[in-house]
Parts: sequence; structure tokens; C-alpha cells
Amino acid sequence: MQIAPDRIEEAAKELYLRALRDLPPDIKRGFATLAARETGTTAKAVLGTMIENIAVAERTNNLLCQDTGIPIYNVTIGRGAEVDGVALTAAIRRGCERATREAPLRSSIVHPLTRKNDHTSCGIAVPVIRFEFSDAFDGLKIEMIPKGSGSENNSWLKMAIPAEGVDAIRTFVIDCVLGAGGRTCPPTIVGVGIGGTADLCVHLAKVAATRPLGSHCADPDGAALETQLSDAVNLLGIGPQGLGGDSTAFGVHVEIAATHITMNPVAVNMQCHSARRASAVLGAEGVEYGY
Amino acid sequence: MAQHDFAMPVTEAQVRALVVDDTVTLNGTLFGIRDATQIALFDHGRTTRFDLAGHAVVHTAPNVKRVAPSPENPAGYAPICVGTTTSARMERFTRPLMANHGVRIVIGKGGLGVESASAFRELGGVYLAIIGGAAALETTWIEAIDDVDLDDLNPESLWKFRVRGFGPLRVAMDSHGASLYAAVDAEARAKRAAALAVLGVGSRR
Repeated sequence: MQIAPDRIEEAAKELYLRALRDLPPDIKRGFATLAARETGTTAKAVLGTMIENIAVAERTNNLLCQDTGIPIYNVTIGRGAEVDGVALTAAIRRGCERATREAPLRSSIVHPLTRKNDHTSCGIAVPVIRFEFSDAFDGLKIEMIPKGSGSENNSWLKMAIPAEGVDAIRTFVIDCVLGAGGRTCPPTIVGVGIGGTADLCVHLAKVAATRPLGSHCADPDGAALETQLSDAVNLLGIGPQGLGGDSTAFGVHVEIAATHITMNPVAVNMQCHSARRASAVLGAEGVEYGY
Repeated sequence: MAQHDFAMPVTEAQVRALVVDDTVTLNGTLFGIRDATQIALFDHGRTTRFDLAGHAVVHTAPNVKRVAPSPENPAGYAPICVGTTTSARMERFTRPLMANHGVRIVIGKGGLGVESASAFRELGGVYLAIIGGAAALETTWIEAIDDVDLDDLNPESLWKFRVRGFGPLRVAMDSHGASLYAAVDAEARAKRAAALAVLGVGSRR
């Protein structure tokens, strides 16, 4: 099955706009869960404003948050899909640029040294485009994540050592959440990467932070740890926006990879309460949009 | 926990009357500033033709659309989505904003630190917490973009918004030394040991 670049370009454009406007249902349910059990007066009011904002964005067809983020496209190539990777990458960039120009959106992307903004949401190696492969379906799946900077600026890596054990991981996560305070726009999804190399560990943390609420780590030990950590971070009382309360995080997500006998790496990446994402599955002809 | 309605600009006395957990709603002029705006003003020696004395600034870089200048859009920009960014990055600019430009109110999310708290205390200023990520709602409080300066920094220009019913926003840092963020942080750090105990840290299992 061949998927023409112009269809990929259109999907890349549409996905950016959808992600910015329409919060996934699992995140909305996460808000409802937190609001139902929140005991703080201020925190209840803050959560109420966030929930109201979701409704205002839908009613006015506006962006949920002004931060258009760093655009990330996760491409999963199914078994039957034949793609020209170079053409696919170029099509995604064009779609991202068109969304920015046609909406219009604030381009949040600058050169890291000159700070020059081309007003395209594109730059060197941005949008971030990652490829995976799957035998679960035939077509091409594209997930789009506009990653906000408030949460992304709270990212950490610790190359712990084996003698520090799992305690190093648990302690690091708690200290990262404490260090972030209200700056990540809590309630957050705290993404924790464990194992791998330094770069893989950080990548896993991002995968964890952007996973749907209610999903679990495929590894049973990882899944047990994420349940423990989810309970523990919400004991800290940082609350929505760092103004105090029970709702510091929707949850903690863990992703793991095997690592070296001498290594015990842990990374944390956070997703803000505007935990936006959108996805599209392109088949032989049609396209199906989701989250 | 009083509610205050301010027609901007305000006096030092009006700002000093505010205490943490009061709420404030702004009407009239509100200026938008960001990292690059303040780096330009305070590190690169650039100046603005705007008079910020007695005014409020919000940490923002909005989504805007270029349009023909008109009474509705005097600056040639229509606001699309105006929200608020994390304030902590701009901590070192609070004092010069107040001392050099007479700013009285900083609006942001996530809070500011001890340097800003001392500037608020010494010079008479407050920090109002807006709900970060609630930009669709915030945009409904913006009537127009009246003017813009330093627009080569777009979207981190110095924006002059016209606002109506901008709020209510919670006073999170006041001119008397109180900070909700510092209080929450201290309480959270006091709970660190309990959180680690729940996780069984130290048991070497």
C-alpha cells in the first residue's frame, strides 16, 4: 500500500490544529477524577477554571493553550505500508508549516543560538519526527504532540549507579516533582524513563509523559512502580498550578528499557495539564482521526 | 479575601492594600511581555515608547493574526489566543520592571522567587496568579490589541492589550512578604520524608 505525500501533508497539518484545540477524552476523564476527590478550596477553583477552559476552547473553536509547543510527530509504519521516508519527512514539515501559516498559529520555534524565529514552527531538526514499526495494522499512523515548554523545561536525567538501587529512582522522581513546583502547569503526567542509555532513558520519559491516561507500563515491575509513585507524588500537596492541593499529578507513567550492568539511569519528563495529542491512521484511501 | 476591580493604571496605595488570597479583576490597559522583550530592554539597552508606570504586565507571547488596522484592531493585529507562560524564567527582570518602568503588577503562572518578593515589598508590587493553560478563557477577557512595540521580537513583542473583566486573579505574592508559592513549597518539602517512606525508600528492598 502506497500512501501519497500530499495525504501525509494534509494529515500533518490537520493533526497539529486538532491537537491544539481538542483535549483527548482520557485527559478530560482525568480532570473529572481529580476534581471529584480534591479537598483543597483553592485547588477546586483552579481545576474548575481549567475544566471551564476546555469548554471555552470547544465553544469558540480556539486553542486550549497559547503555547503551540515544539511539534512532535510520532510515525508508526504498519506492515503493509510502503513509504518513501524522505518524502514522508518533507510532507510532515510542509503540513506543520501550513498549519502555522494558515491558522495562523504562533511559531514557538527559534534557532537556539541566534533566537531567530522563521514563523513556520519549523527549524533545524524540528518538527521532531520519530519512526516506529508495527505489525498490529496495515497503514500508517501519525501521532502529533505539541509539547509545551513549561513542562518541557522541567526535564531531568540522573545517571544513578547500581548500588543506589531502585531507591535512587523513587527519590529522584519525588525530588523532580518538588523541584518543578507550579512551573510545569500541574496537574501533570510525570513521565519516568528507567534504563537504557542516557538518550534512550530521556526518550522513554517523554514516551511515558505523553502516553494516554489509564495506560500502563507493559513491564509488570514498571507498572507496579508507576502505581506506587502516583500515590506518593500526590502526597506532596503542590496542587494545581502550585497553589496547593491534592491534585499535583494525574499520574506517574513509567517506561523501561534494559540497561548496562554498571548503570541505573532515570529520567523525568513532564506533561502539563493541557496534555494535548492527536492521531491519524492513513489506510489505502481514507484517513481516520483520533487521539 | 476581598475582590478588587482595578481600572488601570493603579497607585502604589491600591497595590499595597492587596493581600495574598484577595482577588483582582483588571479593566483598561494591560501590557504583554516575555523573555525576549525583557532581554531586549534590560540586557540590550533597548527602550520602549510605552509608559508602563502604574500598570500591570502579563507574561505572554500571544497567537495573533495580521489584519488591516481599524478601530477594532488599531495595531493591525487581531488576538487569536492569548495565554500566560511560566514566570520563573523572568525572575531577574521583576526589579528593573518596577524600578525603571514603574510596573506595579506582574501577572503570570507558577510564581516568582525571593528576588521578586523583595522587589514587591520594597517598591510596592504584587504578583497575580492566572491559570496557566487556560488561554481560551483568558482570550475572552481581551477586547483588542491597541498597540505594539519592539515588534521585531514578534511574538515576544511588547503588546498593549485592551482588557475588560480580566480576572478574577488571585493575589499570590503581595507587598507584605507573603507568597503562596513559598508557603506551598515549604509544606511540600516537609512532606518529602513521608512520601519517600510510603515508597519504602531506605529499606534496601
